Amino acid sequence: MIRTLPQGSVYRFGYRAYILIYFAFLFAPLVVTCILAFNDSQFPALPWKGFTLEWFFGDLPHRVGIFNDRVNLDSIWVSFQVAFGVTLAATAVGTCAAFLFEQEEFPGKPLLYFLMLSPLVIPGVILGISILLFANSMGLYFENRWGLDIALFRPGFWLVVLGQFAFITTLVTLIVSARLRKFDRTLEEAAMNLGAGRLAVIWHITLKYLRPAIIGGAAVAFLMSFENFNTTLFLVGSETTLPINLYLQVRDGSTPVINAISFLLIVGTSVAAVANLYFSRSREN
Amino acid sequence: MAIDLAVNQVSKSFGAFTAVEKVSFEVPQGHFFSILGPSGCGKTTLLRMIAGFTPPSEGLIAIRGRDMQGVVPNRRPVNLIFQHLALFPMMTVGQNIAFGLERRREKRGVIRRKVARILERVGLPGFEAKKIDQLSGGQQQRVAIARCLVLEPAVLLLDEPLGALDLKLREQMKVELKKLQVQVGTTFVYITHDQSEALVMSDAVAVMNAGRFEQVDTPQNLYHHPQSAFVARFVGENNAWTGRVRGGDAAALQIDTDDGCRFVCRAAESLDAGSPVELFIRPEALLIEPDEGIADLNRFEVQVRSILFDGANSRLLARPLQTDTELLIALPQNRQYDHIRVDDRIAVGWAPASGICFAAS
Amino acid sequence: MNPHRRYRFSLPLVLFLSPVLIWLVLLIVLPHVELLLMSLRVEGDDGGFSYSLANYRQFFDEPIYWLTFVRTAVYAILVTFLTFLVALPVAFYITKVVSPRRQGLLMLLLLMPFWVSELVRVYGWMILLRESGVINHFLVGLGLWEQPVEMLYNDVAMVMGLVYTSMLFMAVPLVSVLESLDDSLIEAAHDLGGNIASIVFRIIIPHAMPGIVSGCIVVFMLTLGNYLTPNLMGGKNSLWFTEQIYNQFIASFNWNQGASFGFLLLLLSSLVIWAGLKITRQKLGKVVQ
Repeated sequence: MIRTLPQGSVYRFGYRAYILIYFAFLFAPLVVTCILAFNDSQFPALPWKGFTLEWFFGDLPHRVGIFNDRVNLDSIWVSFQVAFGVTLAATAVGTCAAFLFEQEEFPGKPLLYFLMLSPLVIPGVILGISILLFANSMGLYFENRWGLDIALFRPGFWLVVLGQFAFITTLVTLIVSARLRKFDRTLEEAAMNLGAGRLAVIWHITLKYLRPAIIGGAAVAFLMSFENFNTTLFLVGSETTLPINLYLQVRDGSTPVINAISFLLIVGTSVAAVANLYFSRSREN
Repeated sequence: MAIDLAVNQVSKSFGAFTAVEKVSFEVPQGHFFSILGPSGCGKTTLLRMIAGFTPPSEGLIAIRGRDMQGVVPNRRPVNLIFQHLALFPMMTVGQNIAFGLERRREKRGVIRRKVARILERVGLPGFEAKKIDQLSGGQQQRVAIARCLVLEPAVLLLDEPLGALDLKLREQMKVELKKLQVQVGTTFVYITHDQSEALVMSDAVAVMNAGRFEQVDTPQNLYHHPQSAFVARFVGENNAWTGRVRGGDAAALQIDTDDGCRFVCRAAESLDAGSPVELFIRPEALLIEPDEGIADLNRFEVQVRSILFDGANSRLLARPLQTDTELLIALPQNRQYDHIRVDDRIAVGWAPASGICFAAS
Repeated sequence: MNPHRRYRFSLPLVLFLSPVLIWLVLLIVLPHVELLLMSLRVEGDDGGFSYSLANYRQFFDEPIYWLTFVRTAVYAILVTFLTFLVALPVAFYITKVVSPRRQGLLMLLLLMPFWVSELVRVYGWMILLRESGVINHFLVGLGLWEQPVEMLYNDVAMVMGLVYTSMLFMAVPLVSVLESLDDSLIEAAHDLGGNIASIVFRIIIPHAMPGIVSGCIVVFMLTLGNYLTPNLMGGKNSLWFTEQIYNQFIASFNWNQGASFGFLLLLLSSLVIWAGLKITRQKLGKVVQ
């Protein structure tokens, strides 16, 4: 059953086979996607027609590689900007929320805590349409009342940032709270005793202690934002983010350029995630 | 002499529970003052009130003559060494010590010099760049002390800082701490449940029980002249009997113990015949096979139950004949008593002045 | 003995509270109030509007709407259950069976695919399963099938895709809850004569309940709200409810109807989560930690 107990060979073999199949199932689509990025064919399919890098660097009329593909490059750049904005805002507000719920007492705290958790149970699509509707109403109100046309309230870059921020902040809050809960509060008392005010204590002691969690939270925020589809779907304007742009291409028939982009995403996120894991582990203690 | 810390009729209740009840004391400048009591007696609460983390329910606390009411912890001229030290793990030794100075916005050069000087003083010269987790327990202790002393507080509060150390290191730190205190001349208020720490280091010790001070005195007086049964029992080892007064006065009270012995003993106060009493005798006050010539000795015979060998602190566990009372008797290791074996019957005696009795509650 | 809190509405409290309030009120509370109001609103011919339940009545009158709704809910429950069945042995293997040396590597492998965008993962399945896909290529090449078969665009492919996509959110809570299970409990059960079935049902599952609940809640919610996988892998004639919402918003431009659908979906997801918590006597705050 477990390491320390004797096991029958059929049981052991069967279990190992299951795990093997599971991991094959897990990696098959990714591996195939990566391999076909290098196939010298017009379609992301077998048979194998030889190795090529044209889907990355090509600039022929029928074969535009990703590094020469304006539309896809633009959407990657948009996704980066959105993710950057969301990460910054969600990390700042999420850290505030962690302090608020772990260290402060105020009337209505349980209700607010419940509200903070609610984005976890709101489907992303619903969050997207709610924010779309609200922004639309606000836009109409400002236009009718004061004749102001505010870009923020129209689907587009800023609405995407706000929509993703709305639920990613909850994730950051939970990550930072988990570490803050482990914080030894006598350190704060010691700092106060040495002459520091409450804000100086937070700045010099608590935030330093929280740094690994804040960095981890920011990394998660960036990744979640970069990949978000559901909430973004209803909020995009003319500048599409990468997932939306890819979706439109996949839906309407695909070329191996998508494999090339996928390959870059797989390699990029894996490297970033492993690096994040490595750093958070070496920092934690 | 100037009074650094004055505590006047301070109480603290948490709901219905009274943690500290009408405690008053003064600590003169440069004194090492200890508060000794079992866990839960309210000593930590008292210390936190002085540091400003807990406001007293009533009473006044003054430091160097200044009333501390409403003064927040970071504005008080006292520093606290926490039970688990609370060194900042994210900072180096130097940054830890500089922390308080930086809060006072002192100049960088001044800070660097002060940090170096205090590290030298606590015996850790050149340790500025070390990480906290690179230090041994004793070194961390010294950094915690340096971090407070560098701010030159009026009073240094210590909350059982030696509790986490192993026995050997604790013995060593006791001596070092006392030496350091004498050297810097800062007023120390030290709380502990370990009587040996309190006795070794202090100029004066307050014994605390259930929120009250039982006795404030020098270590010698606490040991030799306890003023309550609690102090007699808590400070040092003691053999206890219960019994009733047969007659006599405070200087020489005649007592019948419940297990049938008859003693003469001094008392803290005059007691009426028939009133119940508690009688205490230190293990080292019980003399083994005393010289026949000594007058006025309370003499009786005991049977040895076991020999508790512990070097200079060796004792006999024995019972007076025909009783179930167990006595501890100091066994000097001068080879004079090497012949004593378990089950031996030996004569024991004690002088009336070396015992003490109190009215039983 | 906590430090006494002297500061009511002190500077730090205001500093922490205000951004959080702005976030939750402006981006969570008000938009969902707006969603509810919008769903109750019916536009008249003259361009004005009135409030009624007409949009909800429309939902029940039109079988295609509520059938999609029921289908989505049933499939979401099925997907949640399947995900649990697949993930439990894997989580158990990683925490209890494999040697500790390899544990870290396996955990990394388990997480890695989910750091990549869901779209890339679905795309991978598409090029595997479709008529001109890799699997067909091999099967035909081996002579097992004469003609390539379309394996994509049906409910089986869609359910598999949804299970695949949700796997992480089941595996991670299961791994963390099984890690806290003391090996000696299993050893004791074994020693007392328990077989595999009794150990699984009497020891492992009761202990893992908090992790199972939190995994199931997250998987259910994500599946219910998924758009990509059903859209790209499911059949063209069988819609997922989120697609219904999308159609109302983007294709029909009937926002009021779409809002009512959205609110129903929100209600369903909240209801199932609430029931799940009630049945297993757990608290949301506990489950998410």
